[in-house]
Amino acid sequence: MTKFYLGIDLGSTTSKAVIINDEDEIIGRGITNTRANYKVAAEIAKMEALYDARFTLLTKKLEDEIGARVEFKRYINDIRAVFQYLEFRQRADRLTDELVKTAGNLRSQHRDRVVEVVRNIMDTIIPDIRREFIDNNLGETNQFFRDIISGHYNEQVARVDKELFELLMLTFDKSITPVENELISFDFKKLVHESMRILEDKYKGLAGKSATGERIDFDVELNLLKGNYQDVEDTLRQHINSIADEDIRIANMVGTGYGRALLPFPEDCIKSEILCHAFGAHAVFPNTRTVLDIGGQDTKAIQVDSHGLVTSFHMNDRCAAGCGRYLGYIAAEFNISLNELGPKALESEREINICSTCTVFAGAEVRELLNIGEKQSDILAGLHKAIVMRAVSLLARSGGVRNEFTFTGGVARNQAVLKYVKEMVADSYGEEIKMNIHTDSIFMGALGGALFARRNIDIDLPEKKKKVTRVTNEV
Amino acid sequence: MAEIQNKEVTKEQSMIIQKEMVSGLFKDLATAKDTGKKVVYTFIPGNLSELIRAFDMLPVYPEINALQSGMRKKSSGYIKEAEKYGHSEDVCTYVKCDIGMMLNGNIGPTGEKLPNPDLLLLSYTGCFTFMKWFENLGRLYPGVPVAMIHTPYQENGRITAEMTEYMVKQLKEEVIPKMEKISGKKLDEEKLKEILRNSAKAEDLIVKIFDSTKHRPSPIDAYFAGVYYIGPINIGFRGAPEAVKYYEALYKEIQIRIENGQGPITPEGEMKEEKFRLVVEGPPNWTSFREFWKLFYDKGAVIVASSYTKVGGVYDLGFRHNPDNPLESLSEYCMTCYTNLNLPQRIALLEKCIRDYAADGYLTNSIKSCNSFSAGQLMMMRDLEERLEIPVGFIESDLVDPRYFSYSNIKNRLESFFQMLEQRLLINESVLN
Repeated sequence: MTKFYLGIDLGSTTSKAVIINDEDEIIGRGITNTRANYKVAAEIAKMEALYDARFTLLTKKLEDEIGARVEFKRYINDIRAVFQYLEFRQRADRLTDELVKTAGNLRSQHRDRVVEVVRNIMDTIIPDIRREFIDNNLGETNQFFRDIISGHYNEQVARVDKELFELLMLTFDKSITPVENELISFDFKKLVHESMRILEDKYKGLAGKSATGERIDFDVELNLLKGNYQDVEDTLRQHINSIADEDIRIANMVGTGYGRALLPFPEDCIKSEILCHAFGAHAVFPNTRTVLDIGGQDTKAIQVDSHGLVTSFHMNDRCAAGCGRYLGYIAAEFNISLNELGPKALESEREINICSTCTVFAGAEVRELLNIGEKQSDILAGLHKAIVMRAVSLLARSGGVRNEFTFTGGVARNQAVLKYVKEMVADSYGEEIKMNIHTDSIFMGALGGALFARRNIDIDLPEKKKKVTRVTNEV
Repeated sequence: MAEIQNKEVTKEQSMIIQKEMVSGLFKDLATAKDTGKKVVYTFIPGNLSELIRAFDMLPVYPEINALQSGMRKKSSGYIKEAEKYGHSEDVCTYVKCDIGMMLNGNIGPTGEKLPNPDLLLLSYTGCFTFMKWFENLGRLYPGVPVAMIHTPYQENGRITAEMTEYMVKQLKEEVIPKMEKISGKKLDEEKLKEILRNSAKAEDLIVKIFDSTKHRPSPIDAYFAGVYYIGPINIGFRGAPEAVKYYEALYKEIQIRIENGQGPITPEGEMKEEKFRLVVEGPPNWTSFREFWKLFYDKGAVIVASSYTKVGGVYDLGFRHNPDNPLESLSEYCMTCYTNLNLPQRIALLEKCIRDYAADGYLTNSIKSCNSFSAGQLMMMRDLEERLEIPVGFIESDLVDPRYFSYSNIKNRLESFFQMLEQRLLINESVLN
């Protein structure tokens, strides 16, 4: 039986899980927001990674068929999205109950109205969110339960009587945390079969829609499914069943990240995130010599040798101004989502200089700049530049950038940050420095953990031993 | 200083002697005004304790009082007091702690009041802050004379005849006349020579003691325990017969530990397994000294050499106080203190430590409020890393301001550092096998 290995990276903002197989290939990824409860976050990330692994295994199994029939791929993508919706739905139903309960306990003359309004709100937003998941693959945007729900909830609250505003927000704040921290277990097989039923409806509906000449007509894969979804479903059902029944056994696991000490793992299964990020980055880009990881509240500059072993590292101390949280804070200041920050900053024609030493002060600076009429995009560009300047200074203190340079962490997904990192690294260390960024950047720590888990002991790779011996002899 | 050795640990002979020395000194200080003994405030780097002793005066070391206040959890209040008095957040916390203590009645580490100074002996050795510090003390104790001795920095990495001459001149024209005036005695050269003879003996012993870390396991920790071992020398007993007695006893105890193959003593008893051998640059944190130390011994990390134990004098490169040339050797002593060495000299010294004691890693503890240590620390670290291919680590804390000791940050970095060393050791092992 194939063995699988799990790495969990409990960051300050997000918790990530990665599952690899015996060949060090990533087969499952899971990510969730790190709540006040690390254990739940770890468990949810792990669960997500396990579901993801099943879908990956399914895709792998069907590799040949998918090559021949593109609609299979589309079907699997769709089923994933619906599956995510069903997970979301169970938690959303829990939230509805909790909201009603909280509202019912309010000591206010408006109590009964609040109960009614929260019910109505949930009745309105859940179908909206359902559509987003099923028609537009909301799941791919990596938004977490809290973000999705609160975005829609706030929109609705804005529409109701102002008098109820405070009470509605209070009800939400009191209800979301217990629901978020609840571990809800899902039956994969049940959920996946329900997903198939929902898809059946979706594809059936397509037939009607196409007649009205909607743009769906131009989607080749969907058109193919429209005609023969029944056939596809029948063909896949067996595979899906076998994947759902497959016993994915985690042979070993390693935990890392800020909350690693809280993981219920034995001591030798807990590893420093410095080592994990370096090992993960090195596994993906074997020529990496310098790793920069910008996480939620720490930035790490790591130097590694040819085996992926850390030779030295530097971390920010005392202030998180060079980290992801800075961006989160700024997004809140501008009242925009974190995902919009980068694209908006890239629209800038002239970035404004912003002091990068303190996150909280930057907030005051932003308001002042807005007051004097500076453009949002220019301010945002300046803010992005400021955090990168701090990161680059940390890189310098850690010994500089050596070829190749790999950028990891959640912040690496932000295009504006990328732009400034590229510029500044090229500026300080030369254009010829090769810079690596991977779509899995945010998972590098968890990947490193999983790789360590597979090796069980730190570096016990026969081929590495050989390499080291050779190198040493040369010296 | 002995007071913080853990009670569970059986007191060794040396600890008893040390305790007696310390309590004796503070008793003498507490009664100085009655006994008529004169009191000199001075610094550890470039301390002229032999001269002070030759005049039968008593030394007070503000850094020692500050670090003691830090260990006894009093520094935070003292620092706040000094900040209220007008000192900025960025001022050396030894200074602020010391000034805060004085403003609070000048109660010393043993709970006894410290006497006011009769002389402020400003040995300006490697640390610019010293000058500002005593300027402030000058204001707090108006009318108390200040004798300044300026130690020329070893900018070119060597001591010239002119440098020694310049220092001897200051001793003759500034320091000794002021001491004579205050003590009312002429300098007794024979007495000074006898004291210097004892200094040299103590120095011989201290070198042997710190050299014992070349054994595996190392019988001592040269940083956390090292600051206790160096204590008697740094609080003014260099040149005293008690110090020689103390170091003889300590050396004997260490010999026994070596014979028995024992590791260093920690506050929780003997360290069982030596996993990592480290050289540490920079002062320790005093406010969380125990927790800080525990982070090391819990992981089997022993410090085989540290620069901080050399601030009061570098003896392992051959320097000894010399009764045949008293003033020249006092001058040379000042110029060879660690903070008076230029950066290449410091690197060479650290390199020697790493090699001689077969260290697995090099760690910098960067002190937020200490300029004289922090300047060049990163450059030194990079240089050693490149030269020796040794894994290096960097942590940040402070001397005695508890606001700058973040336990979780330091723990997180140290854990990563130790895991990094572990990997390296495994690789090295696999190469050897």
